[in-house]
Amino acid sequence: MNEAAHEEATARPMRLVTVAGPPACGKTAVVAKTCAKLREAGVSTAVIKFDCLQTRDDALYQAAGVPVSVALSGGLCPDHFFASNLEEAFAWAQHTGADCCIIETAGLCNRCSPHLRGVMALCIIDNLMGIDAPEKIGPMLRLADLVLVTKGDLVSQAEREVYRHRIRQMNSRAVIRHINGLTGQGCQELAQILALAPAVATVTDMKLRFSMPAAVCSYCLSETRIGARYQKGNVRKVEFGHRQEGQHGE
Amino acid sequence: MANEQAIASITVTAGRDKAGNPEPWDLTFRTGEVVALLGPTGSGKSRLLSDIESLADGDTPSGRRLLLDGQAPTAEQRFALHGRLVAQLTQNMNFVLDMAALEFVTAHAESRGIADPAAATAAARQVIDAANALAGEPFAPHTQLTQLSGGQSRALMIADTALLSWSPVLLLDEIENAGVDKRAAMRLLLGSDKIVVIATHDPVLALSADRRMVIANGAVAAVLTRTPAEEALLTRLATQEEGLAALRHALRTGAPVRAWEAFFPTP
Repeated sequence: MNEAAHEEATARPMRLVTVAGPPACGKTAVVAKTCAKLREAGVSTAVIKFDCLQTRDDALYQAAGVPVSVALSGGLCPDHFFASNLEEAFAWAQHTGADCCIIETAGLCNRCSPHLRGVMALCIIDNLMGIDAPEKIGPMLRLADLVLVTKGDLVSQAEREVYRHRIRQMNSRAVIRHINGLTGQGCQELAQILALAPAVATVTDMKLRFSMPAAVCSYCLSETRIGARYQKGNVRKVEFGHRQEGQHGE
Repeated sequence: MANEQAIASITVTAGRDKAGNPEPWDLTFRTGEVVALLGPTGSGKSRLLSDIESLADGDTPSGRRLLLDGQAPTAEQRFALHGRLVAQLTQNMNFVLDMAALEFVTAHAESRGIADPAAATAAARQVIDAANALAGEPFAPHTQLTQLSGGQSRALMIADTALLSWSPVLLLDEIENAGVDKRAAMRLLLGSDKIVVIATHDPVLALSADRRMVIANGAVAAVLTRTPAEEALLTRLATQEEGLAALRHALRTGAPVRAWEAFFPTP
């Protein structure tokens, strides 16, 4: 690509969507099926998959004809790794010429959320996680614009309704939808919503919706031994036997 | 719930079949009526049900549109109803929670906006009583959901959906082999003020429905009501079902199983 083409590609606004959810809830199946629906509607996509150790999900996207790039955090905190690589990820997606970039993040801890201000934010969870799950999942659900619930075909109507109610209690403004990543039921509608995601020219200077947890302790620096004498830096000690309040710091 | 509203009928406007031929009729489904959908796998039952569920607006492969009480839904109605119009019950569904039946149904009642705990518990007890009237073997309110038998689970799901679910449309998908008193379940559902649609292969359920829709090649090919001959057939089939239920009960309780005629009298 010559310089002029490069500049043109990087200046072109592109729709951007962040997708977060616990492992094995069906994120990739839903996103891959939705990419196919978007293509039918004339919207091309590029997918970036952030994961921790390994993933074979890129094969699934490739089979669906969707350009995909995988980023593995390995020994680093996956949340911080995601934030540190976002500019580069977005630039890669711009170079694919896609109309819409979908960033799928797995392995984020429940304290974290990849969602950005001004960017459409999805959270995917499944109906098999128990009805307390919406409370436990934290900011990736509380700060999402759209909450998608998978595996609803396996549980009773009552469980689906109670689950939905609990999601609503945690996030009063999100659109909540049931979706089936295996049959694709609901993916057509999701594609219509994603086609409305705001287009952005750059992610530089954008802000996360939620600050990430602090790190930098001995264990960040590869300490493996257990014991207070080995712990330095940002260490917080728990008073066991006392009930702790949940933390919802914004 | 603030956006709760009664819907007395839904209409699916005529679309087109898989070959693009126009469907002959608009179809209207009303509360207090049971409609059976019949047709082999792949004939288009799911397509019709998904058109209803997604509030089709000419934007699905069938080209159908969904009307509520004869009117195209407003943007606000669409938003409020999306994903909630249809409550669904299928054979694949299970309770996955490890909770006592009463505790769980109470949680469901609370999620429906019954704030007073005593009222929520009372509503939940009513659901459990209704479920026990459908199941062969009654269960206690403190039974764990995961310990319910297949029939008890299904009975609880049916009773809960009929009495507590918000959705105005109830879709039952092939629940005939669930070990539930089918006709009692029908009566409960008919009294629930819901629009009931059953996808079935069961002759008793099909003939009990007020109307039967036969689906072929992605479109509704025929809409039938019971003829007098079918009425007579249904009566005999129902007697036979009662005989089977009595036989099942006799076997379960160790009662002496007598001659064929004791269970299946010739009319």
